[in-house]
Amino acid sequence: MRLPGDIDLTTSVSVWRRNLTEYSHTWMTNVLPNFFDPVLYLLGMGLGLGMFVGRGVGGLTYIEFIAPGLMAASAMQGASFESTYNVFVKMNFAKLYDAYLATPAQIQDIAFGELLWAVSRGLIYGCAFFAVLCGFTLFGHRVIVSPWAVLLPVAMAMTATMFALIGLTFTASIRNINYYGFYYTLWLTPLFLFSGIFFPLDNPQMAGGHAETIAWFTPLFHCVRLMRGLAQGPLDWTHGLSALWVLAVIAVLAWVVPRRMRKRMVH
Amino acid sequence: MDVAIKATGLRKSYGDFVAVDGVDFEIPKGVCFGFLGPNGAGKTTTMRMIYRASPVGGGSLVILGEEAAGGRNDRKIKQKIGVVPQEDNLDQELSVRENLEVFARFYGLDRKQAKARAVELLDFVRLSERADSKVLELSGGMKRRVLIARGLVGAPELVVLDEPTTGLDPQARINLWDRMRDLKRKEATLVLTTHYMDEAEQLCDSLVIMDKGKIVAKGRPRDLIREHVSSHVVEIDMATSARNGSDGVEKATSELARLAKRHEQHQDRLLLYVDNGEEVVTRAAQLLPDAETLLRRSTLEDVFLRITGRGLEE
Repeated sequence: MRLPGDIDLTTSVSVWRRNLTEYSHTWMTNVLPNFFDPVLYLLGMGLGLGMFVGRGVGGLTYIEFIAPGLMAASAMQGASFESTYNVFVKMNFAKLYDAYLATPAQIQDIAFGELLWAVSRGLIYGCAFFAVLCGFTLFGHRVIVSPWAVLLPVAMAMTATMFALIGLTFTASIRNINYYGFYYTLWLTPLFLFSGIFFPLDNPQMAGGHAETIAWFTPLFHCVRLMRGLAQGPLDWTHGLSALWVLAVIAVLAWVVPRRMRKRMVH
Repeated sequence: MDVAIKATGLRKSYGDFVAVDGVDFEIPKGVCFGFLGPNGAGKTTTMRMIYRASPVGGGSLVILGEEAAGGRNDRKIKQKIGVVPQEDNLDQELSVRENLEVFARFYGLDRKQAKARAVELLDFVRLSERADSKVLELSGGMKRRVLIARGLVGAPELVVLDEPTTGLDPQARINLWDRMRDLKRKEATLVLTTHYMDEAEQLCDSLVIMDKGKIVAKGRPRDLIREHVSSHVVEIDMATSARNGSDGVEKATSELARLAKRHEQHQDRLLLYVDNGEEVVTRAAQLLPDAETLLRRSTLEDVFLRITGRGLEE
């Protein structure tokens, strides 16, 4: 089956399945550890720091406040790791894409297969964390309270797709694996800290009242807002705008990534 | 005669560097066709254009009836080609069997067909008992055999082998040659590059010699030797004669040179290209009793030296 952009879906699924085969051997060491990341933040910050945030945020306890945003971060991290280090190694060290390209596979099929895999991994982490949050809810925390929460996996897939595409764009642009130091420390970590996961950004004292305006131009902010809206409500037009923001970035990068990768691989 | 590949004025440059400089060749179906030349001659670039890793830089390249220039037929062409690359790019994270199965899927085989194909090909390259080994655990020769098996998963009409035996020990090379002869018997068209002249003589029905991006000779190995050099070479090491001060080394040299079609002298080593080997050897023994004399068949290496004026591996 041929998708727009001359992507052969069967080939992409074969790339995806190859990754599944690899992870079926190594899931214990490769997949399991990252799952604990958001859980540890939830417990450490939520319970620990939460003790000092006595009045909570907007009627929620602190742990209830940070939980939805951590779900977005979880999807972001899963998709990012896959589209950065793993793709870089396959492309540059293992020369695996050269081998794929010698078969009927074309670069756009490979890129789409890797994208599907990165999104799958983002979804695995996001949904596992979602399950943990449902557990918290059962024990009386008001974490997942809106019926719109059934759409959370869709928001996770959007988050993972956007960050996988951002990661692939970066990966197709660098020649040295050490540049990921910048990507993680100066890009993903600030997003994690300043996208409204741990504190509300609409405080008039924060950045002269412009914190939210600044964050509006960064990607994770919209994912956090979507997750929080779907999990805890109430939904309004700002959530619709955030969804559009994410979809627009996805559309632009879906055009950029195959071109960048072709420029990088085919000469 | 059916044509597998036809190149007309084929070119490729990288910036100012011209890697392939307007070459013409025609490869009939069912033969083993060689591209010979030193490193940097343009062989690998030509191969990359054939197996569609590189866009055609200029000219025309028709592969199994499809024009490769422009890239529109890449999927169609690649479906019919198998590639055995120069460098080991096997999937280190997977087992030998999984490597073949994953690649079979790229050619459109379903799960069951892919499994069957992997079994069949592992048998063909004599690696059935290593099917579940990790690639990392294999020797260099075994990896090369897996690469050959992987190149065949799509049941290709044309197999491109880029330096298939470079870096292997003699036993592994001979083993691989046997596999390639098996392939020839299956009537696949083989295209291979090598800088081993003995390999080319052993395997190729026909070949071209490339140098600096151009084709400098083409033909059957034996014909090339007959055309460009002579059937035999007499090598005479005159170091001892010169040391013993044997009279008339120079005179002897010039007399022997007259008996040969062509000669070359490198310090104390005299190379005589001859068709009447026995006669020249006998005469050399009379003229230079102290010298060591060797009579051997001419090789493609002599052809290459003659044409380019230098050795292959320098």
